[in-house]
Amino acid sequence: MVAQVLGTGEWVLLNYRLPREPSTPRSAVWRKLRQLGAAQLSDGLVGLPADARTREQLEWVAEQIREAHGTAALWVAHPASFGQERELAKTMAMARATEYRALSAEAVSAAGLSATERLRVVRRLRNDLHRVRRRDFFPPPERDEAITAIEALADDTDIGDPLLAHEPGAAHW
Amino acid sequence: MRWATRRGVHIDRAACAWLLRRFIDPDAEFVFVSDASEVADDMTPFDMPGVDLSHHGGDCTFETLLRRHDLTDPVLWRLGALVHEADIDDGRYDAPEATGFDLALRGLSMVESDPRVLELTGPLFDGAYEFFRRELMLGREPA
Repeated sequence: MVAQVLGTGEWVLLNYRLPREPSTPRSAVWRKLRQLGAAQLSDGLVGLPADARTREQLEWVAEQIREAHGTAALWVAHPASFGQERELAKTMAMARATEYRALSAEAVSAAGLSATERLRVVRRLRNDLHRVRRRDFFPPPERDEAITAIEALADDTDIGDPLLAHEPGAAHW
Repeated sequence: MRWATRRGVHIDRAACAWLLRRFIDPDAEFVFVSDASEVADDMTPFDMPGVDLSHHGGDCTFETLLRRHDLTDPVLWRLGALVHEADIDDGRYDAPEATGFDLALRGLSMVESDPRVLELTGPLFDGAYEFFRRELMLGREPA
């Protein structure tokens, strides 16, 4: 399931409390954490494998929480056991696997569409794939399956078709 | 004036440094720190958690700088969209070039020092500014 398991590495943890109301900043924080692929460790505690980038990203989320009159603190931590880290990595990989499977399914079901529609779907799926990969710290096998499914759809679509090239936004003259 | 920011500059800090030099403080000097405690009294910190010139209300620091200095030039705001998407990537703006800028800056910071990254990216932001200026004037992409 998990292609790459780190020995107990460094994790950056964010513990936070945010007032239930107003709900707008709460959902903004939730969306941001979801976009970053953070693992929910318990209520008000999320984590990511530590690197310069994830640490900075969680620092900004902490700021966002404080601006919304919440409290937040950032910690750098090591899981006390390999097993604990493996479990966390597995949970994160499973969450990404679900997203990759959805992309594969969309690519497969787009096969029957017209060439113009297929091209549009390929463009969107490539973007979505890029977003998922950015938050994928423990790539599951579903990643390569999604890449293969999307590129297969692209191969079936004649991207060089001059009619498609005239689609607005496809090229600049 | 002396301006302080975090080490290991990426798109937002590099673009802010460019904006400061070109539009706010031509004599700007930049100091790179590892922690907020290293910021001396005579320095103005930017793009660091907990300081004023930083991310606010979904804005990246470049946008905060534009607001604080009343810079309303639409070309600068177009550049702000690029920086915002390269840095935060939340889909607020349509700036497809952001991905390329993000990669270029992350790559540069792997092989060059912070002062050198600012040196190298200066002309890049000058060029992007000129591109967007012509684009806004023409109403389409310039040649």
